[in-house]
Amino acid sequence: MAVAELPAHTQLARKPRSLMSDSINRLRKNKLAVGSIVVLILIMVAAVFAPYITTGDFAKQDLMANNAIPHWMLFLMPKGAENYVRFSDKFIIGADDLGRDLWTRTVYGARISLAVAIVASTVSLLVGTVYGLISGYVGGKVDTIMMRIVDFLYGFPFLIVVILLQTYFKAVARRGVGGGFGQAMVSINESMGGMFFLFIAIGLVNWIGMARIARGQVLSIRRKEFVEAAKAVGAPDIRIIFRHILPNIVGPLIVVETLAIPGYIFLEAFLSFIGLGVDAPTPSWGIMISEAAPGIRTYPNQLLPPALALTITTLAFNFMGDGLRDAFDPRLKE
Amino acid sequence: MSSNNPEILVEVKDLKMYFPITQGIVIQKHVGDIKAVDGITFNIHRGETLGLVGESGCGKSTTGRAILQLYTPTGGEVHFEGQDIVKMKGENLRKMRRRMQMIFQDPYASLNPRMTVGNIIAEPLEVHNILKRSERRDRVKELLEVVGLNPYFINRYPHEFSGGQRQRIGVARALALNPDFIVADEPISALDVSIQAQVINLLEDLQEQFGLTYLFIAHDLSVVRHISDRIAVMYLGKLVELADRFTLYDNPLHPYTQALLSAVPIPDPVIEEKRQRIILEGDVPSPANPPNGCNFCTRCPKVFEPCYEQEPEFKEVEPGHWVACHLY
Amino acid sequence: MLRFIIRRVLGFIPVLLAVIIVTFFLARIIPGGPFDFIGDKSLPPSVVKNLEAKYHLDWPAWKQFISYMVGDEWKIGSFTVFDLDPNAPAHSYGVLRGDLGPSFRYRGQTVNDIIGRTFPLSAQLGVMAIILGLVIGIPAGIISALKQNSWLDYTATFVAVLGVSIPSLVMAPLLIWIFSIELGWFPAATWGAKPPYIQNMFLTPGFDWGNYFIHAAMPVFALGTGLSATFARLMRASLLQVIREDYIRTARAKGLHERVVIYRHALKNGLIPVVTVIGPMFAGLITGTLVIEQIFGLNGMGKHFVQSITNRDYAVVLGTILVYTIILVFSNLLVDLAYGWLDPRIRLDA
Ligand SMILES: Nc1ncnc2c1ncn2[C@@H]1O[C@H](COP(=O)(O)OP(=O)(O)OP(=O)(O)O)[C@@H](O)[C@H]1O
Ligand code: SF4
Ligand SMILES: [Mg+2]
Repeated sequence: MAVAELPAHTQLARKPRSLMSDSINRLRKNKLAVGSIVVLILIMVAAVFAPYITTGDFAKQDLMANNAIPHWMLFLMPKGAENYVRFSDKFIIGADDLGRDLWTRTVYGARISLAVAIVASTVSLLVGTVYGLISGYVGGKVDTIMMRIVDFLYGFPFLIVVILLQTYFKAVARRGVGGGFGQAMVSINESMGGMFFLFIAIGLVNWIGMARIARGQVLSIRRKEFVEAAKAVGAPDIRIIFRHILPNIVGPLIVVETLAIPGYIFLEAFLSFIGLGVDAPTPSWGIMISEAAPGIRTYPNQLLPPALALTITTLAFNFMGDGLRDAFDPRLKE
Repeated sequence: MSSNNPEILVEVKDLKMYFPITQGIVIQKHVGDIKAVDGITFNIHRGETLGLVGESGCGKSTTGRAILQLYTPTGGEVHFEGQDIVKMKGENLRKMRRRMQMIFQDPYASLNPRMTVGNIIAEPLEVHNILKRSERRDRVKELLEVVGLNPYFINRYPHEFSGGQRQRIGVARALALNPDFIVADEPISALDVSIQAQVINLLEDLQEQFGLTYLFIAHDLSVVRHISDRIAVMYLGKLVELADRFTLYDNPLHPYTQALLSAVPIPDPVIEEKRQRIILEGDVPSPANPPNGCNFCTRCPKVFEPCYEQEPEFKEVEPGHWVACHLY
Repeated sequence: MLRFIIRRVLGFIPVLLAVIIVTFFLARIIPGGPFDFIGDKSLPPSVVKNLEAKYHLDWPAWKQFISYMVGDEWKIGSFTVFDLDPNAPAHSYGVLRGDLGPSFRYRGQTVNDIIGRTFPLSAQLGVMAIILGLVIGIPAGIISALKQNSWLDYTATFVAVLGVSIPSLVMAPLLIWIFSIELGWFPAATWGAKPPYIQNMFLTPGFDWGNYFIHAAMPVFALGTGLSATFARLMRASLLQVIREDYIRTARAKGLHERVVIYRHALKNGLIPVVTVIGPMFAGLITGTLVIEQIFGLNGMGKHFVQSITNRDYAVVLGTILVYTIILVFSNLLVDLAYGWLDPRIRLDA
């Protein structure tokens, strides 16, 4: 039997290209995305090695140096600031109104934002994907019921639920609860500076959109003939899910989730801002902004570090998300 | 062609496949059915190619899938070597799947874009735990060669191939388990005309080489004429005529078959000159709401009284020539 | 159409009911009551007891709930339908009769009073921000898509990413710093506090609109930029996709003028994804108003809401949440209607 004729592009010598390697190549060419990834890695490294690049104590108050700034920052200050500010070059970028080192607090704040980004997105991705996968794959009545639940929850004002949940968690944490389980939770939360309940609250509400998207993806893949081919061969459901459906949907799902990360970071900052986030004195950029905002007329410099850090981080996540989307879903870009 | 007493490999009895139509938000009411396949009966002989023809949407793919138990039929029986596979479940059915395979219509959708060609073809072997890991690779290479592809491509991904090559990969996958029976669902309609003949030839060669039995689905008669031994014509979920290919082409009985045939160009210029096209009027009715009596009565040029009341029976009017029409 | 709307509105009932139930009982199980502290001082237990009795907080939860829903008494003329507390005059007529009850913290004020006083500012802030977002975002997205890969497109895209990346939490103080403190162009914290008032503007002859907008400018801008960036990104992406689709090509082939093609087909279809996000965006808008009101010191519903949470003024918290939920479900309904208008394939009454 004759070997079928090869189109010119199928030369024998070429290395096989998976869709993945194509996508990664496209991603590499996107300078903004690569730059963002580098920035994010730097932030992550800074967060991990925070004790080594800062004073290491974000709660230490130096009441002799409250609101102090180093000399080089004077240009940032309002006119006439030299008459009232206190100078102290001990602080790289100054101290807050309790005399805590802003640099240390900003770097430690990255831990919170990144932890929220990672945990909330992982929880939402996992829960949403599993839910959507079951709903879409099993289909029929199960699907109808599961989607009714999601539709119902979708109409819910979730921000408000998160606020209430956090209020509840905070009150529980402050007063303690009876049960051993509750107590265990509270102490976990305490050891994490109040982040644990925050994760639960944010994670609890954000899987819903993900579940919808995942189900849509499953439905579109499930109809594809290669899934039928696998069935025809006798492949069990587990294999079909893990070999055929998941690999074809994770890409878009991760992209969507990446683009949702800035939202989680905002949410944490916002909750901390209104006092429902992490517990003081754990530094969160949201708390720092809320602490700096009232004094903005006299000490605008204190607003700058958390504001910049927050913006740069979300900016980097957005650029990375856009880059991933363009690389993995090239239909959206010429 | 076949001997007088051909061995029956697949026996389809009154097969029905309905897709429910539901309405309502919380409680899903069952308001009707799409009768994609509505009671069809026929046999497939070992070693033959049975062509199944009909317009788009008449239920050909659904028939093929219901036979292979990719759908759970709403009713009827499918016997494979005498065993009713509709009733089979679990491990028995999985074992049975080794004997019957499918080649799909769309070579772009039928290969998982995230798997290498090697893994795609090896999947049936893995699922049934056939051969050792190392031997599987050799078997895959062998299969690639059998379908006319270079074994060197084993690590490539589907998107690196042309449509015709992809269809060959699909064929290799179907062959991997050494099946007896293959449903080929319009395997060439998505391909360029120049490549169609290559794939048809490949399928014929393979049939000869491995003693395969085909159910070959197509939407027009000119394609199946070449490859089929017998041809079944389908309209709106039902079989209207079944005969060996010579009889069907020379002496079509059902008005629908006649209309279809009148659209096929004839190579002989003299006869072609005289060919009169029968143009069917109106649209195919919806399979959710087929007409009373004969399914074809809304468009049939020869329609008469009883057609509106009684459904014609699918009966053998001459030896081996089945037709469902009140005229016979 | 009308049937669709009626059905949807009926569908709101379980959502609203669920929201009320969840928030009501969640609020009750939160440890600590509204009268534990006034400021930082804790009150003597006897005072707390009296106050709790006054507001029926000593009742069992189910009784409190009934009273919250339908009021603590109902009299038609001299006929008493029910009276949960015969010894006292009615203190609430219940949510079902439009009474959100008395505030626990602001003596003599009802939740209805508080919401009526603070809602107009929040509503004006939100509506103006959305209008600003659409007015900047949609044209920017369209221009970006039509001039794809031009420097105009790159700039707009970059600015838009910047816009979605700067949270209002950062935007608001930044604007204050630059435009109020450094430049002194706009006042920072005076909208709604001093004249220009935020109520009855349309009824006041000679209302000073210029002054009104000067006061509103920074809060609205702080909230609107993020929205406009989101709209611009979405509009660009969806327009690009639509333009590439077949029927646009067909419309072109028919010889229609390019502009007509763009407006008729692409724009309508390109708007669909934009409309779908407006629903969830309302939720974001509510967060936004909370932040903006807080930072600009505006006396809106959001600021009150946050304050009431800290104060444990559950009546206000519940009432505000109810108002937010109603806004959300109705905006979702509007979105669906707009959706049906833009995409005739979606039949609303099917
Ligand atoms: N999974 C399904 N759910 C509901 N309806 C279906 C399903 N699969 C097929 N149908 C309907 O059943 C009818 C027959 O479809 P089928 O795919 O078998 O037609 P076909 O003859 O193979 O057509 P084609 O030549 O276009 O492939 C069509 O009306 C189709 O809409
Ligand atoms: S039964 Fe009647 S309507 Fe049907 S094909 Fe025969 S003649 Fe036509
Ligand atoms: Mg088909």
